[in-house]
Order: sequence, then C-alpha cells, then structure tokens
Amino acid sequence: MELFGSILTLIGSVVLFLGALGIVRMPDVYNRMQAGTKATTLGTVLFLVGIALGHAECGCFGKILILIIFVLATNPVSSSALARAAHSAGIKLTERSVKDDLKNDKETGDMR
Amino acid sequence: MRKTKSAFIGVVILFAVWMMLTDTSRQEVLFGAGTAILIVLLFHRKLSVLEDVKLTPKSLVFMVRYLFVFMWELLKSNLDVALRVIKPALPINPGIVKVKTSLKSPLGRAFLANSITLTPGTLTVEMKGDFFYIHWIDVTTDNIEGATGSIVSKFEKYLEVIFG
Repeated sequence: MELFGSILTLIGSVVLFLGALGIVRMPDVYNRMQAGTKATTLGTVLFLVGIALGHAECGCFGKILILIIFVLATNPVSSSALARAAHSAGIKLTERSVKDDLKNDKETGDMR
Repeated sequence: MRKTKSAFIGVVILFAVWMMLTDTSRQEVLFGAGTAILIVLLFHRKLSVLEDVKLTPKSLVFMVRYLFVFMWELLKSNLDVALRVIKPALPINPGIVKVKTSLKSPLGRAFLANSITLTPGTLTVEMKGDFFYIHWIDVTTDNIEGATGSIVSKFEKYLEVIFG
C-alpha cells in the first residue's frame, strides 16, 4: 500500500511538472492558464491521494478528502476569474487562434 | 417543503465536513450534529441556493455517475493536454467559442462552468444569459451547436437530472 501511495505521489509530481512546462511553452495567457491551472488540479489530487494511501496509519483520509474538495471547488473559480479579467483588459489571443466569439460579440454590442 | 429540503442538505453537508475533521467518539458526533443544526437554523434564509438540488433516487444515482464521468474526463483531457505540451510542434488550435446551456438553475450552471473549467483544454471565460464563452485549446467546429455538443452535453445530461 505504501508503494502504491508513493507511485501515485510520483505520478502527481510528473503531472505538476508537465503543467510547469506548459506555462513555459504555451504562446499566450489563456493557453498558459489551460496548462498551468488545470494540470495543478489533477497533480495536487493525485499527490494528496498518494499521501493518504502511503500514510494510512495517520487516519487523515477525511482531512485529505476535504482538501481535495476545496481544491476542486476553488481552482476553476480563480482561473475563470483570471481569464475573464485578462479578456476584459484587452489582452490579445495568440496569432495561432482560430476564432474569438467573445470579442466579436463585444464589438457588435451583443454583450451588455 | 423546499425550505426543509435545503435545511436538510445544509445539515448533511456541515455534519459530513465535521465528521471528516474529527474522530468518531460519541461526544464529537453529538456536538457536531448539534452545531450543524444550530448553524442551519440561524442561517436558513441564506440557504435558498440549495433548493435546486433534487433528492430523488434517480438524481442520487446520477450524482455518483456524474462523479465518475467527471473523473474520467479529467484524466482523459489531462493526458491530452500533457501530450500537446510535450510534442515539439506544440499542436494547439486555440480560440474562444460560444456555447449554449439548457440548464436553468444557478447552482447547476455554476457546477457546469466549474466542470468545464476543470477539464483541461476548455476554460470558461464569460457567462452571459444562456451562453458560455469558452476558451478551447483545440477548436474543431465553427458553430455553436457543434461546440455545445462536444463540450457541454457530456456534463449537462447528468446535471439536468440532479439540478433540473
């Protein structure tokens, strides 16, 4: 069981590393947010589950479950708010982008 | 009736959190239950957001199924984004698309927007009326219906049953 927990923790840290790599490689703020805030969710969840399984004797399943619920509940709110603020501030999408429905709707007055 | 239901859900949530934080000795359980009921009695006017949750057997089954579907999507799309990050050519095709939701309840919409944001590759940027604006890392369709079908529908069919 301890081995299984350690493996899960290792996978979690690999996911976190890929998220960090994504922040370096992605071309604009929105794509960075995709890599940077989402990979951390899965990475943190795997990390915490790994700790819960690896140290089963501490009896901290409940506390770790609460931590996971808080991460799952708050992470998307913050990244969504950041993306919305970035778009309102007029930060452009990368040239590779295909379309921007939100900008079109703002310009034609479909929004507010 | 609706007030009773939201109060009941509130007590269950508070008591569950309390039980996760403490051990199962008798006085801890009694104190937690008493405090949960007291808090809900004091704040029952503020709990109206919980009224949207349905408590039928079908919706309870769908809650569990939704949890598994959500976990599966989370894993699948994480792998997808991770592969895109590793590949030297960085195969992304990003853009902001507009999708339409048929959910009416505010809590259901909050869950839907959070689920979309949590699955990597899609990120809710803005909500306006029935429409969500979603930054999508790999835009494959050009119209609202296509994007709705591939981003929203997989979560919506469960949330529809849970929240109505």
